Amino acid sequence: MASIAPSLPVSRPAARKVGFYKRHEAASLGLSTLAALIAIWEFCWQMGWISPLFFSGPSAIARKFVELCADGQLAANALYSGKNYLIGLALAFFVGVPLGILLGWYRRALMMFDPLINALYATPRIALYPLIIIWFGIGSGSKIFVVFLSAMLPIMVNTLAGVRNIDADLLRAARAFCATDRQIFTTVALPYSVPFILTGVRQGVAHGLIGVIIAELSAGNEGIGFMIAYAGQMFATDTLMVGVLVTAFAGMVITWGAERIQRRFQRWRPEHVGGR
Amino acid sequence: MNAVAAQVQRHAATSRSKLAIDHMTYRYWVERNQTEFLAFDDVSLDVREGEFVCIVGPSGCGKTTLLNIVAGLLRYQEGTMRINGELVNGPGVGRSMVFQSASLLPWRTVRGNVRYGMEMQRRFDRATMDARTEQFIRMVGLSGFEERYPSELSGGMQQRVNLARALATDPDVLLMDEPFAALDAQTREFMQSELLNIWARSRKTVLFITHQIDEAVYLADRVVVMGTRPGRIKQEFHVDFPRPRELSLKRGADFLRMSDDIWKLIEEEADRINVIRAE
Repeated sequence: MASIAPSLPVSRPAARKVGFYKRHEAASLGLSTLAALIAIWEFCWQMGWISPLFFSGPSAIARKFVELCADGQLAANALYSGKNYLIGLALAFFVGVPLGILLGWYRRALMMFDPLINALYATPRIALYPLIIIWFGIGSGSKIFVVFLSAMLPIMVNTLAGVRNIDADLLRAARAFCATDRQIFTTVALPYSVPFILTGVRQGVAHGLIGVIIAELSAGNEGIGFMIAYAGQMFATDTLMVGVLVTAFAGMVITWGAERIQRRFQRWRPEHVGGR
Repeated sequence: MNAVAAQVQRHAATSRSKLAIDHMTYRYWVERNQTEFLAFDDVSLDVREGEFVCIVGPSGCGKTTLLNIVAGLLRYQEGTMRINGELVNGPGVGRSMVFQSASLLPWRTVRGNVRYGMEMQRRFDRATMDARTEQFIRMVGLSGFEERYPSELSGGMQQRVNLARALATDPDVLLMDEPFAALDAQTREFMQSELLNIWARSRKTVLFITHQIDEAVYLADRVVVMGTRPGRIKQEFHVDFPRPRELSLKRGADFLRMSDDIWKLIEEEADRINVIRAE
């Protein structure tokens, strides 16, 4: 038995000493480009080539940002948007995942609802917003529902795809060991779907963010989206840009977080062996 | 067919029957051609307790279908199957399968995968499952690899896990579906001799499907040769080489003669199919 020394097919890459720049080449180059563009933009702004009526400059936006932070306006708006966003997302997750599993598991259920899902998936959900306002009013309710609708569909559709794509060999092995349907579900179907569910979540958080901002742009009197819309009407381009940049930053952080979670749950995947 | 029936009778008389398949015929519906396909016709096979039986035959002879029926993954309509004398049609805890593809759960470690079969069958309590998991990991020579994921193992090691998972459930009959077919020649030879070592210790009844004649002759007490179109049992060979068997046995004259006889039978079948095709 000892005659066959089982060898490891996967070797960890040796840690080599490399310079700071080499290790962070992508980030360095990307950030340099960004910095250069901002510098040019600021230069044009300082030279007075940009009318504050149409656009703003980096220093003016930064000043406005500090000002909005100090008087608490930004925090209040961000809190309002964030709260609606998170409630909507949570609802989307807890409805989308079970629905996706149900539709993936029962072939007939999918046959029944497939056309409806496709139609809903193809419709820009935001086009339904006027209708949603009729149902829920212009307050939090309609915002939450928009986020829910935007995020739920990608989560559900991806979960469904995961359950439907389960490796037939694994199912056969489970059946051969006399697994009950319930056991097959918890030991094969669910773990197999986790990466798919997380892909859905990643898409869902992005769609949800778009949903909440657009909903606030269209109606209401609170939130980052409202702040942007109102600033636009007042030609306050600096406030407007603060709103846009805060949203962009939030989007980046959320996407990054979702990717981290996704990677954590895929430790067993071959491509994740031996490094981040 | 008469000669085979006579042989079956002889075995039944000499030792306790573990698995008895009697006049079984299996057809299935081919959706694509809208025709019925006769997988095998009137197959009778008797496997005694502790016997190692290999089934060889050209592809399409229905040997894997037969194994799937024994495993309970397919249900038969014509004929009977008895295990320990009881009529069976469907899966049961007394039979465990070693698959051609390792079919391990990629998110479970070696330890979790070896445990998996026992968890599904729920015959042992937690402590027994833990003890048996360690015992069979040791038996297949994977000590020290308990926390590895399948993607971190070589093909041969994955098949050891596959084997340990089946053995750990303490099956009455161990079913093996070309388990070494996907391995390279060298690993396959090692795994064959390993399997015999393990089998010598556990003395399970084994039904082993392969298309490799030397593998069948090396492993088995009895080699059943199946023919094709339709699938049926063509002839049986008793392999009397003493155990434990060394790998060097494969180069002996008797071994080669028997392999050659079996090969000729299968070649006949292949020729026959070609004639059918030519018509």
